[in-house]
Order: sequence, then C-alpha cells, then structure tokens
Amino acid sequence: MAEIWRTSAPKQALRSAKHRVRGDWLPTLLVWGAVLLVTAVFVWIVGDIVRHGSGLISWEFLIDAPRNAGRAGGIAPILVSTLLILGVCMAVAVPLAIGTALLLAEFTSVENIFGRLVRRSLDVLAGTPSIVFGLFGLAFFSKTLGLGFSILSGGLTLACMVLPILIRSTEEGLRAVPHDYRLSAAALGLSRTTTIINLLLPAAVPGLVVGLVLGIGRALAETAALIFTSGYVDRMPESLMDSGRALSIHIFDLSMNVAGGDANAYASALVLLVLLIVINGAAVWITEHWRHRKIIPL
Amino acid sequence: MTSSKSNTLSRSRNDLVLVWSLRGCAALVGAIVVLIVVFLVMESLPALQHIGLARFFTDASWHPAEGLYNLAPMLWGTLFALAGSVLIATPLGILSAMFCHYYAPPRVARYYRRLIELLAGIPSVVYGFWGLVVLVPLIGSLHPPGTSLLAGIAILTIMILPTIALMADASFANVPPHYLRGAHALGLSRWGMIRGVVFPAAKSGLLTGVILATGRAIGETMAVLMVCGNVVQTPANLFEPMRTLTANIALEMAYALGDHRAALFVSGLVLMALIVVLVMAAERVSQEHVYG
Repeated sequence: MAEIWRTSAPKQALRSAKHRVRGDWLPTLLVWGAVLLVTAVFVWIVGDIVRHGSGLISWEFLIDAPRNAGRAGGIAPILVSTLLILGVCMAVAVPLAIGTALLLAEFTSVENIFGRLVRRSLDVLAGTPSIVFGLFGLAFFSKTLGLGFSILSGGLTLACMVLPILIRSTEEGLRAVPHDYRLSAAALGLSRTTTIINLLLPAAVPGLVVGLVLGIGRALAETAALIFTSGYVDRMPESLMDSGRALSIHIFDLSMNVAGGDANAYASALVLLVLLIVINGAAVWITEHWRHRKIIPL
Repeated sequence: MTSSKSNTLSRSRNDLVLVWSLRGCAALVGAIVVLIVVFLVMESLPALQHIGLARFFTDASWHPAEGLYNLAPMLWGTLFALAGSVLIATPLGILSAMFCHYYAPPRVARYYRRLIELLAGIPSVVYGFWGLVVLVPLIGSLHPPGTSLLAGIAILTIMILPTIALMADASFANVPPHYLRGAHALGLSRWGMIRGVVFPAAKSGLLTGVILATGRAIGETMAVLMVCGNVVQTPANLFEPMRTLTANIALEMAYALGDHRAALFVSGLVLMALIVVLVMAAERVSQEHVYG
C-alpha cells in the first residue's frame, strides 16, 4: 500500500499536512526506533552465530561423526537423521495435505459442516504447542503403536505438525486457478477426476511447493516435538526404526548438557541457520516468480 | 448421446472413488486433533484420579518424588513470561508493520519485510542458544545469576515479534486504498491517518496477530528452557530464575514414571486447553480461518 500512499498524495500536500500536526514527530521517531532496534537484534543474533560458527565449518565437519559427546568431530550422522526424519514427515504429510486441500477447495462449500469441522481442527492443530505434539507422539506413535524412540516416530509426529501449513498453501494454490478452467473442463465433459489430475493439480503446483518449503523449514527448526519421539542417539541410523538425533536437538544437547560443547554448537547452529535461510529464500522466490506466472493455456 | 455407457456427463464411478478418498484424507487430518486430546486425557487420567485437580494448586510444592504436585509456580512463570513478551512485542511489531506500509521507501520496506520473515524462520533452539551464550551472561553481569525471567521475556519477545508484525502487515495491506485517499483528501497527517483510519480498519487483524503470538508464547519450550534457569519458584522479580509449564514437561518427561508422568500430561492438557480457547478467540475476532 506504500506505493498508493505515495503516488496518490502529492509530495507538497504531504509536507504541508506534516507541518499542520505538531505531534506527528513522536510516532515517526517511535517507528524508526523500533525498526532500528529489531534490525540491531537481528544483526546481533545472526552476526554472533556466523562469527563464532564460521571458523569451524569445513567439509570435514559435515562428513565426520561426532566424537567425545559432540565436543569434537562433525555432524554427519545428525544430518542423515535429520534428512530421514524430514523424508518420513513429508512422505506422509504431502499426500494427506493434497487430498484434504482438494476436498476443501474443490468439493466443499463454505457452509458445509464437515468442511468447517476440518478447518476448525486445522486451526487448532496450527496453534498446538510443539511440546504437546511431543507428548502426543510419545503416547501414540512411540508407545501405543510400538515404534519406540525412532526416526519413524519422530517423522510421523512432525507430519501432524506441518499438515496445516501444507494444506493452507495447497488450498490457496487451487483457489488461484481461474474458475474458467473448471467451467471449460465441465463444458468439455471431462470428469472431475480428469479435471483435477490434468488441470487443477498442475496449476496448483507452485502453491504446493511453497507449502512444502515452508513445512520443511518448520520441521527442520523443530526441537521440542522430537526429544521424546526420535530421541538423542547420535550414531549413524541404520533403519527408520533406529533413534536418530536431529540437528536442532544436537544444538540443544551440546549447549545444555555437554560442558565445552559451545564451539560445535555454534557451528551446528550456523549450518541450521544457513539451511533455513536458503529454504526461506526459496519460498520467497517461488512465491514471487512462479506463483504469479500466468498458467499456460492448454 | 446419453445412452453411451461411459457417459462423462454424469458422475462416474471414478469420481465417486476420488471424492470418498479425499473425504478419507480430510477425516484423517481432522481426527488428529481429536486423537491428540484423547491421548492427553488418557495419559493424564491416573493423575486426575489419584491426585485430583485441586491438589495441582494447593500442594506445598512441586516434588513429584514425594508426591507433591503444585503446578502453580510453573503456571505463574508461563503467565509472567507471556505477559512481558506480549506487552513488549505488540508495539514493536505494529510499529514495524507501520514502517513497511507508511514510513519506509518501498525498497527499504521490502528488505525490512524480508528481515522480519527471516526472524520468523530462525528456530527456537538457535534463539535459545544465543540467549544462553550472549544474553544470559550479559544479564548476569548486571544482576546474577543471569538465567532469569527477564532473559525469558527478551527471547520470547524476539520470537513472537515476527508473528505480530507479519499479521499487522497483512491487515494494513487489506485496508481499502480509497480510505487512505479519503484521509489525504481531508488533509490528515500521516499519523492522523494511521490513528484515525488505518487502525480502526485493521483492528481485527491486529488483534488476531496478538492472539496468535500469545499462543506461540505459551507453547514455546526450548528457548525458554535454555535461558530461564528452570528453578521451580514463582519469580519475585525480573532477575529471578523460573520454570514454565512447557519447560517442565521437556525437562522431566525423560525420567517421569507413574503419577509424575501423568501429572506432566495434565500440564500438556492445560496447554492444549489454553490454545483451543485462543484459537476460538482468534476465529471470533478475525471471522475467518487462521491456520497456516
């Protein structure tokens, strides 16, 4: 809206308006003060992590196993566990999310009771604290389903957590498809199944990808939901039933439970931060360059 | 035409299969919340039966090994940290969004928005780690021990600020442009326009942002655990260590057994109830769905 504000009001009129009200300088000062403060804190945090972490980052750090409880060595098994957990999480969450988003966007009206119930439960799911997901994962996946402390259990817990994000952006992607497409498909006598598979889903891919990227970011950042589900073991996992330590838990463990682990914690934090910034950048890029691209007429 | 068996104009068997499998997906997704609540209740039943709700507030202290289960200090810890961080983050977040829309040159606004998004994407464990190695020693040099309610409030503020800022940003973007033009035509100053036109028009969005941020602050675990010192006590001032409900679960779940374990699930149930209330409030305020 900044652009409209700027173009719709001649500069002079603005300036005179600024002079008319004497109290106007205080909000301006507060706004700039707040912005400087937030920027300073951001630079402080990121700068600190980069300064202390970058010295330790090397190819060896990424491909070595941790030694001496993580004080020395690298993070290879932790990266592998993290990837496996993410893989399980997305493999389960993506199909469910596409199905639910299709139902919500294409097959249910706003008044539909079932649709409203699903939406409401998604709202609650999106707000549920990660530690509660952890408790649930422990009680349901680890204990009741007997998966124990395992990558599978952690991945499934995270899948529950990222579903709202995935569904939201897939649904938005579907809603962005022009209504003419559906009408034309119906006029051609295509079945709903054909319309969805050949027309709507390809058109909604950008939305899904944005959701996927954001979901990966959320899952990668997660710690509390994983302590009681995928566990602490820092060995190289041999199967999905093994316990595996995620990167965020590695940072937590090194800084809280291992005296002298700060250096490697810094390096691991930097790795995690870089991953997340890349992921965030990808989401922004896709939203700006891909999502608004015109869908090519068939 | 209509005699053809593979009539594509009527509902085919494929379409029915598709619709029902989609409904299956949605039902499964919708059932997750129910499952969460059911399992929390099931696991906390022993505590509710053996201990009873009242004792979570009237027991002398939190010493599960001796059968004392007073959750009140943790509840106060959560509330203090929550109140402090929401009070600080709300003005900062709204000012940030005002900057993006009405004060900054477009290019600067874009960079600042990107910065806020990055701030939102930094994991809680990284915030916690930074708090532990930078902020806590800093506070400790002013007023030992350093791990304190103040550190918790500071970290939580940084963590929930992006939520408030991004929601405020979105609701400012939804203010109809002709309101702003009208305000200019009336000769309102920039601040006069924001106070008199933008705030009232964006009120529900701003409030939703604050409610969602409150939810995030209640549920935050790792960062708070890392900087608050985790002493079970009701903090008397900003510099005293304390423990939140979430940190309590994360710290003790690993070795908790029997009633102790069930008591931790009770605190999970309390958290879940708080979140449900907040989500309902957010829906009531925004009149639309807020997930994602």
